Amino acid sequence: MTDAGFTQVLGSCAGVLILTAVLQLWRRSLSGSVTLLALQGAALSALIGTIGVAAADPELIGVAVLVLAIKAVAIPIVLGRTAAATGARREDAPRINPTAALLLSAVLTTVAYLASRPILGAAPDAAQRAVPVGIAVVLIGFLLLLTRRQAISQLIGFVVLDNGIAMIALLTAGGVPLVVELGVSLDVLLVVLILRVLTGRLKHVFGATDLDDLTELHD
Amino acid sequence: MAAVIWLALGLPTLLATASMLSRRRRWTRYAAIIASVVALVSGIALVVLTRSTRAVTSTAAVTTTAMTTAGGILRADSLSAYMLAVVGLVALTATWAGLPSKDIGDSSDSVDPGEGTYSALLCLFLGAMTLARLADNLGVMWVAIEATTITTAFLVGQHGDRRALEAAWKYVVLGSVGVSIAFLGIVLIYAATTAGGAPTLSWVLLAHPAQPLDPDLIRVGAALAVLGFATKAGLAPMHSWLPDAHSQAPAAVSALMSGVLLSVAFYAILRIRTISDALLGPTPMRGMLLTGGLLSLLVAAALILTQPDYKRMLAYSSIEHMGLLALGAAIGGPLAIGAVLLHILGHGLAKPSIFVVAGRILTAEGTSRIDGVHGLLARQPRLAVPFLTAMAALLGFPPSVLFFTEVAIVVAGFQQGLGWAMAVALTLLLVIFAGLARHTVNMTLGKADSTGSALPSVRPSGAMIPLGLALALVAVIGFLAGPLRDVIALAVATLGGTS
Repeated sequence: MTDAGFTQVLGSCAGVLILTAVLQLWRRSLSGSVTLLALQGAALSALIGTIGVAAADPELIGVAVLVLAIKAVAIPIVLGRTAAATGARREDAPRINPTAALLLSAVLTTVAYLASRPILGAAPDAAQRAVPVGIAVVLIGFLLLLTRRQAISQLIGFVVLDNGIAMIALLTAGGVPLVVELGVSLDVLLVVLILRVLTGRLKHVFGATDLDDLTELHD
Repeated sequence: MAAVIWLALGLPTLLATASMLSRRRRWTRYAAIIASVVALVSGIALVVLTRSTRAVTSTAAVTTTAMTTAGGILRADSLSAYMLAVVGLVALTATWAGLPSKDIGDSSDSVDPGEGTYSALLCLFLGAMTLARLADNLGVMWVAIEATTITTAFLVGQHGDRRALEAAWKYVVLGSVGVSIAFLGIVLIYAATTAGGAPTLSWVLLAHPAQPLDPDLIRVGAALAVLGFATKAGLAPMHSWLPDAHSQAPAAVSALMSGVLLSVAFYAILRIRTISDALLGPTPMRGMLLTGGLLSLLVAAALILTQPDYKRMLAYSSIEHMGLLALGAAIGGPLAIGAVLLHILGHGLAKPSIFVVAGRILTAEGTSRIDGVHGLLARQPRLAVPFLTAMAALLGFPPSVLFFTEVAIVVAGFQQGLGWAMAVALTLLLVIFAGLARHTVNMTLGKADSTGSALPSVRPSGAMIPLGLALALVAVIGFLAGPLRDVIALAVATLGGTS
């Protein structure tokens, strides 16, 4: 792969990652959100694969396949089934309206660029220049977690946050060692599965999956 | 020696599998106790072994051959061996005392299948904590700590009612997000080593002065990692999941979470502090830990005073003790760090005891409200006496070891020129003391014939021996200067104690 081609593919993958994160803020349909999440997982996998091919690193290519299986296939399927099983279709009343959320995402992206200055050093290469995008994805994941009321939307926020962290890991350090990556992916998958079971129980006990119903425990 | 490490990790997993497979058998009830004994024995064995050789490295044949890091993924040194022994001791107290009572009337050989699953999850939980102690790799340690969230999620939601589900949801979401932040920090620490040209996640190498590191990345990475693990350790302002989870989980699970899970997360903070201090000096970590510690004490003081629920009151007391540990870590130096390690043991023994007793009080009285329980000493001496003793130990009445460790932390603080912080901490500790003492007196003393006793009270059941042993140990540890001092001193040396 040529240098310019590599930079272009890298840039496109990073672009899809941030775009899918921002669109999450705008979409209200849960099935649409799940599709966006699958797309984001695929983009992350492509990013890892691109860097793996460029560096001729078979370990990274293996990680790309693993990420594709978990983030683009397994987790979206689990979330889709949860949505179907609980009958939740739309995120009706997020705590802030989509317009404000989109404006906030612009602010967060700016913050990400400012915050990544000390991390990047004097002469960042093509991969490192995309680090602020990863930080922006993390921050948008946080925003989703904080502003969504549906259990499934909160789960999606968690996975977006995790995708952002995986992206930063890849771009700053060339990915973490394989053992750690395996453990991390397995943990994320298990957390999603556990929250899926809890969502089912919430539906059973509360009759809905609106997290605003969780108000019994407080001081 | 590597065999001990493998045994400590392998047996809990094996027990968990066996409990899952034969979950209708009665013996599965004891699986978690066996797993605790394994952790305790292997911890003590490693303490003894590391005393002569200082460091055992197990070159994990299967998993490390593909790794580029030097050395093994698993490692036992004085500190991790001591911490493993603490896990075992606390877990033994919690699981033995939390054992379902035998005299319910079923003499058949089978039990509810839910019980087998419960035991299996407890064993896996213990295995995850063991792995967190024995991993010489920040990434693997992270995976183990996240695994503790996964294994305890269903244990917290065990009761299945609205409150338990709410607690479980908040616990899993906040816990996972918190440790995700820690992972971001670990990633940046890893990036700092790749920038230096020698990628590694081994905390031994990271703390080594010869390791080339990028200071800016370590500064940001260590801060994020400590922030993330502080969520799991229950330090304010990231503590909000803790009172919910600890008050809704079954007694034995609250006991384990409060006694050891918090300190497992705190152990990660101690390790990261060593890395940061070696490169950047003590200032950045001291600021963070001091803020977290004082805030935790403030939150605990404010909410214990007005607390209507005694299980939540105990949860806030855990936040108080974690705050004290953070203060000790912020102060640094051999005296404070030694006191922190001893405090982890003392709190680890006293807190599970009182959580288990609180669980029995809940069963006997049918309410977890403080104003619903009166005159316990007159009506239920078998509950009131251990409750009072454990509370006295937690409050730091001598000869409780917590008295000595708290004094040591405060003295070390004054020595290091943190007098203002210690003055604030002492004031808050006094408020907490008053609050806890007032609630305890309201519950235990007073006449038996008040309104609360109108309910037909259930006879309390459950083993008293583990509670007695644990509380006796809390009382004598402070005087076991001989053997324990060496162990603690070696552990402090591993943390780069500047002695």
